[in-house]
Amino acid sequence: MKYLIVGNGVASVGAIEGIRRIDPDGEITVVSEENSPTYGRPLISYLLAGKIGPERMPLRPITFYEKNNVKMILGAKVVKIDAKAKTVTTADGFDYPYDKLLLATGGVPFVPPLPGKDGSGVYSFTTLANAETLVDVAKNCKDVVVIGGGLIGLKAAEALHDRGVRVAIVELAPRVLSAAFDDKAGNLVSKRLNDVGIGVHCGTQATEIKRDAAGKITGVALKDGTFLECQAVVIAIGVVPASQLAKDAGVTVDRGVVVDDRLQSSDPAIFAAGDVAQAKDLLLDINRVVPIWPNAFNQGFYAGKNMAGADTPYGGGLAMNAIAFYGLPTVSVGTINPAPDEPGIEVFDFLDEEHGIYRKLVFKDDRLVGYVLLGEIDTAGLYTGFIRFKFPLDAETRAKLIKGQPSILQWPQGFFDEQFNPVGAQEIV
Amino acid sequence: MAFAPINKNYHDFFVVRDKDACINCQVCVRQCSYGVHYWDEARQCVRHDNTKCIGCHRCEAFCPTQALLIQEKPSNFKANALWRPVFIKNIYKQADTGGVLLAGMGSPVDIPVYWDNLLLDASQVTNPSIDPLREPMELKTFLGAKPTRLEFEETSNGPKLKTALTPNLELNIPIMFSAMSFGSINFNLHVAMARAATELGTYYNTGEGGLHHSLYKYGKNTIVQVASGRFGVHRDYLNAGAAIEIKIGQGAKPGIGGHLPGEKINAMVSETRMVPLGSDAISPAPHHDIYSIEDLLQLIFALKEASDYKVPVSVKIAAVHNVAAIASGVVRAGADIVAIDGMRGGTGAAPAMIRDNVGIPIELALAAVDQRLRDEGIRNQASIVAAGGTRCSADVVKAIALGADAVYIATGALLAVGCTLCARCYTGKCPWGIATNDPYLAKRQNPDIAAQKMANLLKAWSHEIEEMLGGMGLNSIESLRGNRDKLRAVGLSQVELDILGVKPAGR
Amino acid sequence: MKKIYPIKEVCIGCRLCEVACLTAHSKSKDIILAHTVEKQADGLSARRTLAQEGPVCVALSCRHCEEPMCVAACISGALTKNTETGRCEYNEEQCVGCWSCLMACPFGSIHRHPIKEKIVKCDMCAGRDMPACVEACPNAALIFEDRGKD
Repeated sequence: MKYLIVGNGVASVGAIEGIRRIDPDGEITVVSEENSPTYGRPLISYLLAGKIGPERMPLRPITFYEKNNVKMILGAKVVKIDAKAKTVTTADGFDYPYDKLLLATGGVPFVPPLPGKDGSGVYSFTTLANAETLVDVAKNCKDVVVIGGGLIGLKAAEALHDRGVRVAIVELAPRVLSAAFDDKAGNLVSKRLNDVGIGVHCGTQATEIKRDAAGKITGVALKDGTFLECQAVVIAIGVVPASQLAKDAGVTVDRGVVVDDRLQSSDPAIFAAGDVAQAKDLLLDINRVVPIWPNAFNQGFYAGKNMAGADTPYGGGLAMNAIAFYGLPTVSVGTINPAPDEPGIEVFDFLDEEHGIYRKLVFKDDRLVGYVLLGEIDTAGLYTGFIRFKFPLDAETRAKLIKGQPSILQWPQGFFDEQFNPVGAQEIV
Repeated sequence: MAFAPINKNYHDFFVVRDKDACINCQVCVRQCSYGVHYWDEARQCVRHDNTKCIGCHRCEAFCPTQALLIQEKPSNFKANALWRPVFIKNIYKQADTGGVLLAGMGSPVDIPVYWDNLLLDASQVTNPSIDPLREPMELKTFLGAKPTRLEFEETSNGPKLKTALTPNLELNIPIMFSAMSFGSINFNLHVAMARAATELGTYYNTGEGGLHHSLYKYGKNTIVQVASGRFGVHRDYLNAGAAIEIKIGQGAKPGIGGHLPGEKINAMVSETRMVPLGSDAISPAPHHDIYSIEDLLQLIFALKEASDYKVPVSVKIAAVHNVAAIASGVVRAGADIVAIDGMRGGTGAAPAMIRDNVGIPIELALAAVDQRLRDEGIRNQASIVAAGGTRCSADVVKAIALGADAVYIATGALLAVGCTLCARCYTGKCPWGIATNDPYLAKRQNPDIAAQKMANLLKAWSHEIEEMLGGMGLNSIESLRGNRDKLRAVGLSQVELDILGVKPAGR
Repeated sequence: MKKIYPIKEVCIGCRLCEVACLTAHSKSKDIILAHTVEKQADGLSARRTLAQEGPVCVALSCRHCEEPMCVAACISGALTKNTETGRCEYNEEQCVGCWSCLMACPFGSIHRHPIKEKIVKCDMCAGRDMPACVEACPNAALIFEDRGKD
């Protein structure tokens, strides 16, 4: 059995581990346009910030690939898939055959049609190469503007600030982290950033990147009239699934590559996982692209198991983010900004601005469907459990969750035993 | 502590904490059910209130650095042979409360323990010992009525027994678990006793708290008790066990009935005993349908009828002054087994005055009953089981030599699972989880561990009995029963020797 | 593969497992030094912790899942699943303290280190014959055995 994985992001590592759980012998080949084996992509902000060195970047030790008998073809971009012949072709003209193919091509940064974007000094922040470039940029620039106040944008801003650059963030929504957090949490984070001297401009957008006669960036003009002086711009608005390959191969693509709960696409020999896939969502009934690191790993893992013949369903992805800003830890999971007209929704929150503590819980009917924690994040996992396992909550348990006291012992009878003490709970008599 | 009633400061125990070893882990705080240890927020360390300590040793046992020691409070009253401190303190308590003094477990009073005056024989030269590792040692015993004569008839296949035999209990070892009601003790311990009895091939007694239906499967090794309160007594109950025992009296509190405080009654106890939640479960002193020996005969035969004569009926009486005559009456009334409970027997709750002052020692009672039944020629009509203060296998051997067919142990079984005889069973706060069904505390008795410990105790004693028997040149309990000649006594008066039927050492 | 199974029906909430766990993971292996000096100076903490609701309690730690959520969430590869020993292994040096694992574990088994930006998680006492918590439990509420695949 020949397994071919396109892309060496975290989904590909998940796939290798998943395949090997079922099939210790099949041939696994990974083809990637990047030049290094899988690295912890979110670590690029730590690298940029100078918190870690490049030796910490690999996600698995090099022995991982030997132990799992994986052939790595790096620096090779796949440009075509021949679904009938079951081969992929790389840019340098090589063909690689497969029995089962996994598309783990991830996402590409979305760059808006912003006047002045073409030319030097405009960067994305999604790859190791980007991070290495920005390390140099930080040496040479006094000011940098980050367009995009989401997770990537804020981490880029924080990292550059740590390198001694004066940073300003521009965000279209009325607050930063509009997707991952709500107003109160977003404001707590903004306050933290302001406290350390990072400028935050919300509710406006960049209209033009101004350059001088020599083509060097002088600054960014905002819709509200402000002009932010800078010598470089980082665009961190978001990523879109890199699904062109699949489209060209005739595989069904919507926003991402559409896959079923075995991560199988419309072509039975082709699977997809990670930021490129449009897969089952744990909470909603639709398939979605949820470009979150743990989902990418899990999708890769299940794709791998199913490619190897396990036929086990993937439970679905959850939106989840854990990120810390200057010592303020934050966690958000599930649905946290429910639509105002969504039925059955009840929201509770607790804010202690002075101590930087925030807790928000979103219930739908009798279940927990989302939460945000800032500051006191130690109970995060237990809340995630309530969401993931979809426990129906009685009034007493719900009250305890709201008070910030979730506990495994509030789980429904029997579930605890299934998870912790299967093969019969202790028989008393 | 300041401003406490004066009585509080004459408490009996105090805690010694080795500050260098204390790691403030608070295990003692969590384990003490009397609230002695507590976390002092201001001083950021664990401290203790000695006035609450009742000397159960739970904290000392659990401290991971052995930092705790429980000691008797050394401040002494002036020496007074009459007014010993316990009498003084009891008066203080009663002046405060106006109430009856309660006590738990067996009487601790300082009167002779006859087991300690009795010594066993051993074989030498003329009558060699038997090596229990090489030769069979029969510890088996049968409890029930034995026929006066056996009649046989000749058949083509050889002689056949004509005499009908009454039902007997077959014990692999001459030791059974005595009655401790569910409610006075933890349900988990009933499970443990049921399992240990099954494993060892002996029996346990349900006590007067009824039998929970989940334990019916151990019925083959269960003796169901019918006491004066008739708690939990219904037809299925009577048919669930291998024997039925009518409890007339209990050694710890002869003449009065049982008492389970309302606090110790939870849903399961309530269901099993068939009493309402929270109300005290009091058994009356007499059975209100047994006012004469004829009434007892009626009840015995009513039970035999109800159980189709399939199981032996036992009658448990307390050892009191007239115990020999009473026992004789009980046997003539049709009891297959008469169980005698001596004054040292334990209890979950009894008035202290009765526990300590009423009843007679089992050694004397046993010898008297055995002798009386022999004298009347009815010794075979019932087995005698001795209870109340059997502490070790040597006591068991002595009891059998004095005439018992088997012994009941209860305090010993509880000690096996951790009891330290602090004797506060009536509070329902037993920190060892023994005398309580409080959900926070009952878990402290893991039925698996308890069953193992009880079984271990019986196994250990069985091996020791085999050694002692072999040492005496005997190889069966049969040969030991009532064999007074295997005993000698030291330090007893002639009258005591006569009652026990034992010669003084040297003769 | 042997795993630790907690039995909530007989857990008595004494927390001796926590005391043993902390001591076993100390540098000195001395129960007093571990709970005084090392706890203060190094933020040493137990990996197994008691959960309690009313009279029901049980001591829980990482259950070394077959398909661990923490491994999926780990952005640095500090958490990995060793399919041979069955342990979920944690490489503290590789960890960057992002708390993704803490968020992802639906059993709440991962805790923040009190001082460092690292996590604290049960390692099933690699290097010991019997996990310290199992040894210390006075009521057989932690069972260490192989139940085949679960």
